[in-house]
Amino acid sequence: MKLTVWTYEGPPHIGALRVATAMNGLHYVLHAPQGDTYADLLFTMIERRGARPPITYTTFQARDLGSDTAELFKSACARAYERFQPEAMIVGASCTAELIQDDPGGLATALDLPIPVIPLELPAYQRKEAWGAAETFYRLTRSLADPEARPAPLEGRRLRCNLLGPTALGFRNRDDTDEISLLLNRLGVDVLTTAPLNASPSDLTHLGEADFNVVLYPETGDLAARWLERTFKTPTIRTAPIGVGATRDFINEVVHTAGALGVTLNPAPLLADGLSRLPWWSRSIDSTYLTGKRVFVFGDATHAIAAARVATEEMGFELVGLGCYNREFARETRAAAEQYGLEALITDDYLDVEEAIAASNPELVLGTQMERHIAKRLRVPCAVISAPFHVQDHPARRAPQMGFEGANSLFDAWVHPLTMGLEEHLLEMFREDFEFNDQSPASHLGHAAAPKLAPQPVVETLAAPKPVAVEPGAPAWAADAERELKKIPFFVRSKARRNTESFAAERGVALITVETLYDAKAHYAR
Amino acid sequence: MSPDGLPFTATPPDTGCAAPPPAVERGQRAVFCGLTGIVWLHRKIQDAFFLVVGSRTCAHLIQSAAGVMIFAEPRFATAIIEERDLAGLADANEELDRVVDRLLARRPDIKLLFLVGSCPSEVIKLDLSRAAQRLSEQFSPDVRVLNYSGSGIETTFTEGEDACLSALVPELPETEAANLMVVGALADVVEDQFTRLFEQLGIGPVAFLPARRADALPPVGPETKFLLAQPFLNETARLLEARGAQRLAAPFPLGAEGTDAWLKAAADAWGVAPSHFDAVTAAPRARAVQSTAARREKLADKSLFFFPDSQLELPIARFLTRELGMRPIEIGAPYLHRRHLAEETAMLREALGEDLPILEGPDVDAQLDRCRAAKPDLTVCGLGLANPLEAEGLSTKWAIELVFTPIQGYEQAGDLAELFARPLDRRTRLRV
Repeated sequence: MKLTVWTYEGPPHIGALRVATAMNGLHYVLHAPQGDTYADLLFTMIERRGARPPITYTTFQARDLGSDTAELFKSACARAYERFQPEAMIVGASCTAELIQDDPGGLATALDLPIPVIPLELPAYQRKEAWGAAETFYRLTRSLADPEARPAPLEGRRLRCNLLGPTALGFRNRDDTDEISLLLNRLGVDVLTTAPLNASPSDLTHLGEADFNVVLYPETGDLAARWLERTFKTPTIRTAPIGVGATRDFINEVVHTAGALGVTLNPAPLLADGLSRLPWWSRSIDSTYLTGKRVFVFGDATHAIAAARVATEEMGFELVGLGCYNREFARETRAAAEQYGLEALITDDYLDVEEAIAASNPELVLGTQMERHIAKRLRVPCAVISAPFHVQDHPARRAPQMGFEGANSLFDAWVHPLTMGLEEHLLEMFREDFEFNDQSPASHLGHAAAPKLAPQPVVETLAAPKPVAVEPGAPAWAADAERELKKIPFFVRSKARRNTESFAAERGVALITVETLYDAKAHYAR
Repeated sequence: MSPDGLPFTATPPDTGCAAPPPAVERGQRAVFCGLTGIVWLHRKIQDAFFLVVGSRTCAHLIQSAAGVMIFAEPRFATAIIEERDLAGLADANEELDRVVDRLLARRPDIKLLFLVGSCPSEVIKLDLSRAAQRLSEQFSPDVRVLNYSGSGIETTFTEGEDACLSALVPELPETEAANLMVVGALADVVEDQFTRLFEQLGIGPVAFLPARRADALPPVGPETKFLLAQPFLNETARLLEARGAQRLAAPFPLGAEGTDAWLKAAADAWGVAPSHFDAVTAAPRARAVQSTAARREKLADKSLFFFPDSQLELPIARFLTRELGMRPIEIGAPYLHRRHLAEETAMLREALGEDLPILEGPDVDAQLDRCRAAKPDLTVCGLGLANPLEAEGLSTKWAIELVFTPIQGYEQAGDLAELFARPLDRRTRLRV
């Protein structure tokens, strides 16, 4: 058993539902107890979807366990076909139904429906949501893609590719798909099929007709892409075009792939300066205050690795932590972290992430909805860069993460929670000011938190309690030094305290004075 | 019986109520399981922790169910059963002990720990009552460990609260003294208002179940009388009665009328003079009537359709029908405790006639068809259905708010009406 406070991922059948909900004309029949229907509201509430997810649950109860749950599944399946008339159906079991071993696949096949029925084996006690989505998309691809399909002769037409991986409840997948389709179009490539998002089962039959595949989200798309690669020998592009640099790499990879197919594309107009505002925004003088800010990055591997690159190369931040919650991509994340001289944090334990963030004293956290909680508690600004996300991170406006417009979005979203440059200086100058001090939120975030007049209450947290008692032999603080310490901006104060204490301890200084504080500051100066 | 003559299955024999029983339907049920109750119960009992023993689905449900990802400091968690627990590679009890050890070491402030059973823990027959007993002995006297089931195969949504409170009943201290117990989680502000009213009426001592702290459990005994504040506490009431307490039959304290009758049941049991009762309740009742009347214009004569959710459907329908003049077309409830709802049913019947459009446990697809055909002015439904129905042009009120919002008592009657008036109000404002 594993103690879990918040989960980054749901069970694998939620992944299957993300695929089904993303698609048109596919229906999912899930053998599941009453209550599992909660999954509907993920889509109707977080994404504000105006249609019910295409799923029928058997919603069995205790009284059904005594009778015939298999019959219940069969009738649910038959009724779902009658009512929804889907082009294809996926069937499977949720965690509880897996235990009662009714074999939904066999039962559904026995119904002999006149449509493809694809059984899913999603082991609920081993695997998680993203894997469930990837496996479902892979099963659909394998079952539906026409194995005889091949790209048409290249003469007289533009190149065609598939965009693989976008699902419902994926972070900004809707906008990324639009943005990258547009980019490919300008480069001279048509998008044949985007899948699963907005694809129908019949669209999947044509997957083999593409000249190459683009995996936008390997977490959900790569299993299928690898099969397509093996089956149709189609080249695959895997650079996630998040950030200006990665978008340029992506364009070059497309051009290179086209070249190998004998087609020359001209990337020059797309590689020209000025397609994204991010580079100039980062070089404008106001952004000097971004330079060297300590940033902790955590999310799914694809978004986290990409965010690390943007944070360091495109905004001038200093990366103090990098990690992902999906173990399936631990290797890639470790390799990326190594480049920054960091050890990657690979965990789906929220408490571990909380601890790591607290220990690294970041000035900005880029994470998921969970890191938003952590950052709120630690009073550190935070922007969301990855699923899982909440309703406020599914905006009405177009806000892609990918492509050049995506880079613009990243700049805005990451800078917004920070205190603005000049304001930060004023805060430092007048931190004793009675109505303008470091307990006040940034002026454009006025609603964020009321100034705390009383000492901060003890934070209720599952994390191990922080030691409050001074260790025996640890240096003590003189009153004036303690006062001086309070003048240091709050977001670096705990680090200054720690550094000063270890500086004093190393030198055998028993009482920390103002002098010691500034000696330590000079010692640790970057 | 049904509004459009659909064949419903026969109703099981009814014991508690003489009136004609509501119809029962079977099919896919779009309702939460009992684990969902943890979302409000953990805020209510401030030193309790809820440890679900279940699957990743259970953990995902609780954090998603009510958009609760806003709570940064939860006092609930899930011990997720993994492959090795199922394969018998790990002893489930040892695993549970290890998880509880870790949890309690990190949270010394916890005085009451609930082990909450789930669908998978029940299917694999994990005996949580024995585990709770064992852990209770181990952590006594610092922490009390209790258990209940919130599984979807055993409980529907608010039945989880019933199961939780049932687990508390054997823990209540014994008393010979006369007292009043209010049973069912209420918002603190509502509790405080009722406390003041009972005090002014001269009724007491009064205690609430659940109490805000684990060491403040209300005493119970043969002289205890209790009022149910929620309509879904069947088992809790049964266990309290088994300990000698006596239920005061009353409608539920929603709206001016419901609150009146609810308080009156206690006042009569305590022999409060009618003149004194009127003197104490006159002012707040007048406020309730006034604030409700302010919304009557928007709601009167509007048709109303309930999808099943919390089992508050009947009392809410009674309030909206009698005090705001709405017209219920169909009142779907996930399940009905007929005895506890006898007063509500009688009041509804007084307003609507014998043939009540009440339906127990409806099939969601069949109900959607009826709802679309009826085109009600306002549909009360769960979060999974609300946006899709809005997108189809129907006005909806999401039902879970009725469980999370202070709606009971005189001072909240206007707020309760407002919850239903706002969706209609929005419809008249928006021009896009």
